[in-house]
Amino acid sequence: MIALVAPFPLFPEQASTIAPQTDALFIFLSVVTGGMSLLIFLTIFYLAVVYRRRPDNELAQEEEAPHSLEIAWIIVPFIFFMSCFVWGSWLYFKISRIPDNPLEVYATGKQWMWKFQHPTGQREINTLHVPVNRPIKITMASEDVIHSLFFPYFRVKADVLPNRYRTMWFQATKTGRFHIFCAEYCGTSHSGMVGWVDVMEPTDYQKWLAGGSEGSLASQGEKLFQKLACNTCHTEDTTGRGPILKGLYGSRVTLSDNSEVTADENYIRESILNPQAKLVRGFGPIMPTFQGQVSEDELLKLLAYVKSLNVAPALSRREPAGEPVPHTPAKETKR
Amino acid sequence: MTSVTYHDVRLMEPAQTRNYLNVDYGFFSWLLTRDHKRIAILYMISVSIMFILGGFFAMMMRLELLTPEGDLLTSDTYNKFFTLHGIVMIFFFLIPSIPAILGNFILPIQLGAKDLAFPRINLLSWYLYIIGAVIGLYVIIVGGVDTGWTFYTPFSTQYSNTHVFGTTFGAFIVGFSSILTGLNFIVTVHRMRAPGLTWFRLPLFVWAIYATSLVQLLATPVLAITLVMLMVERIAGVGIFDPALGGDPLLYQHMFWFYSHPAVYIMILPAMGVASEVVAAFTRKKIFGYKFVAFSSLAIAFLGFLVWAHHMFVAGISVYSAMIFSFLSMFVAVPSAIKVFNWTATLYKGSVSWQTPMLYILGFIGLFTIGGVTGIFLASLGIDVHVTDTYFVVAHFHYIMVGGAVMAYFAGLHYWWPKISGRMYPEWWARLGALLVFVGFNLTFFPQFILGYVGMPRRYHAYAPEFQVLNVMSTAGASVLAVGYFLPLVYLLWSLRFGRKAGPNPWGAVGLEWTTSSPPPKENFHETPVVTWDAYDYPAMLKAMGETQNV
Repeated sequence: MIALVAPFPLFPEQASTIAPQTDALFIFLSVVTGGMSLLIFLTIFYLAVVYRRRPDNELAQEEEAPHSLEIAWIIVPFIFFMSCFVWGSWLYFKISRIPDNPLEVYATGKQWMWKFQHPTGQREINTLHVPVNRPIKITMASEDVIHSLFFPYFRVKADVLPNRYRTMWFQATKTGRFHIFCAEYCGTSHSGMVGWVDVMEPTDYQKWLAGGSEGSLASQGEKLFQKLACNTCHTEDTTGRGPILKGLYGSRVTLSDNSEVTADENYIRESILNPQAKLVRGFGPIMPTFQGQVSEDELLKLLAYVKSLNVAPALSRREPAGEPVPHTPAKETKR
Repeated sequence: MTSVTYHDVRLMEPAQTRNYLNVDYGFFSWLLTRDHKRIAILYMISVSIMFILGGFFAMMMRLELLTPEGDLLTSDTYNKFFTLHGIVMIFFFLIPSIPAILGNFILPIQLGAKDLAFPRINLLSWYLYIIGAVIGLYVIIVGGVDTGWTFYTPFSTQYSNTHVFGTTFGAFIVGFSSILTGLNFIVTVHRMRAPGLTWFRLPLFVWAIYATSLVQLLATPVLAITLVMLMVERIAGVGIFDPALGGDPLLYQHMFWFYSHPAVYIMILPAMGVASEVVAAFTRKKIFGYKFVAFSSLAIAFLGFLVWAHHMFVAGISVYSAMIFSFLSMFVAVPSAIKVFNWTATLYKGSVSWQTPMLYILGFIGLFTIGGVTGIFLASLGIDVHVTDTYFVVAHFHYIMVGGAVMAYFAGLHYWWPKISGRMYPEWWARLGALLVFVGFNLTFFPQFILGYVGMPRRYHAYAPEFQVLNVMSTAGASVLAVGYFLPLVYLLWSLRFGRKAGPNPWGAVGLEWTTSSPPPKENFHETPVVTWDAYDYPAMLKAMGETQNV
């Protein structure tokens, strides 16, 4: 029954730009702490053998402790710990800062599957197709409990929360199929909430994108926008009872209490689900809540639509044929 | 061991044979006792039962993980088993183990006191523990709980259809047992020390238990508040943590870890105290840097309150708050390192005995060191992103909790067993047990570091086939570990009847507990001791003890 699987990995594959950097710190830590621990073990063993009790009534030879030794073994490890802190934080910043011009993907976690949506409209479950050597930004939320999107071979993971968008990114450096795991316990089939990220050559990726789609995510969002009658208030000119959404994403918004916020993903999400939370100055609390009426998938479509309003309308509907940048709004937000 | 040694000569068995065990035999003389030693025995029995129960859940998990497919247990059963393993082991075994058993028994004697400051509250603490445990057992019988011991929201409040309320209520009740025990110990250490027993003459076990008690007293109420809020949300639908009700799930994590990280120190600080006692006794030497070791316990207790969010580096806290918690987590490593270095240095020119308690503690120092340095990995932000919520974390905290706390508990149990029972355990079997525990432990948990780094997430019922070899090693190790834990259960019970009589001081150790008879009389000492020596001051104390014998 216990079939030995050989060979088995002792070290995970490096398949992203972050992976070698994480591994470098890991190896540094392993060597230093391993060496330190080994030194302690050998010292303990040596002392325990050399000074083992010979006659049963032997007493210790009393020694007065030199305080310099105490100071040394406070200072030296502390310097090492601080270097770990600095290196670890530097790496954490790299993992947290999303590079310019990423390819955007939207993810929804729900018990017990991962749903990925591409701006071009492709939807997939427990599989994610991405091109190699291109930063991928994932904007994600959970439909129910907390999940955690984990790419072990990219050395990145982030918890997926039910009340707000979070983002993560990676840039794959080799093609192939790599594990996706859910890393935050989420109920019965937690260990079944796994999948594969399929890293492809750019040309293969373009071929894959050309395959089935129900129109871009933004255009699906636009249909939904009309279906939910959002467009009756959020008109394209100032005659509407709601704020104009064109150019909203990434801009600074003045609220009714004169404070300012940036209209990021979480702001737009909150304004749909809980419109009274942050009222734009000059507008009344008349928008109904859409909490419970739009699913996480639909929210992402609406979000993609609102984001697409920042660029020329034609661009969001264009089929990505050979064009290297299928989706550009993120570029706008970087300013 | 038949040769006559100085301690046998100097400490003759007092003529009387009345002790706390044979002073009364009635059923209620145990259940209504206010004697801290009998309450310690009550704890020992109940906590051991919980340890066996928690071990059973662990064994079933390891058997399930022998194969990649989820074939032995259903997913729901597996999820319940790892949840119950965590809850039983943490709330009902590790937290009470050393403080409530060994601390209860030894602390008042080490202070030269007749009992704790509040003997009735001490008994109440045990009853609260039992009520919590009975609720826990009831929950297990009626179907269990599947949230993980961390009860993360909104899973625990809205999505789990298992017995979350009962379990959290049990943990809530047992928390008060912990609070009251901590309070009792603090007051006892302040008010009931023997004449001449100044703070810097206290054994390091007392310092450690004192630091632990501060944490128990200050942190556990936060857990109680958090669990009440969780129960209110689950039962009454009041939105605190659930976003659908306007709450924030990260608030729950902050509050939970504000208790549960200090709780790690509730589990490990007493273990460090035991280590200091055993190292001193089995080298017959003052602990190197006594004051550094004493204050490092207080430093750990204090710093332990400032690092909770290092459990949340990928949970959605800001980059800057993550940096602050990483920085503070590095600080807490310093006092732990101080202790390891001081224990090691104490061996130098010591009279090192290889008896069982010392074997356990030498193992403890090694395993705690590995647990500690892997904590540095986890506190380094960039590494944590990859290894958090994987088997790396599982291995790390088992090195601290099992390699550290449980090894030290067994060390303390063997060290003070002659005092508690009046009998010696069989040395050869005990050494074998210690060796099996050490080997089994490493075989179980070392592969899990590798498993975690190659990417196997924790709490997985089924896993990818390439992880199997390391899991098989881990399960094999767990079997060895189980045998190692089973041995003491047998030979310690055996020794109660057949063990050699211990005499007051079988180790030739110093410390007030070794000046009274074994088992001690009900009032602990035949006459109130007066302390004129520093802790572990062998020459001074032997001189003092010799004088009292000569009188």
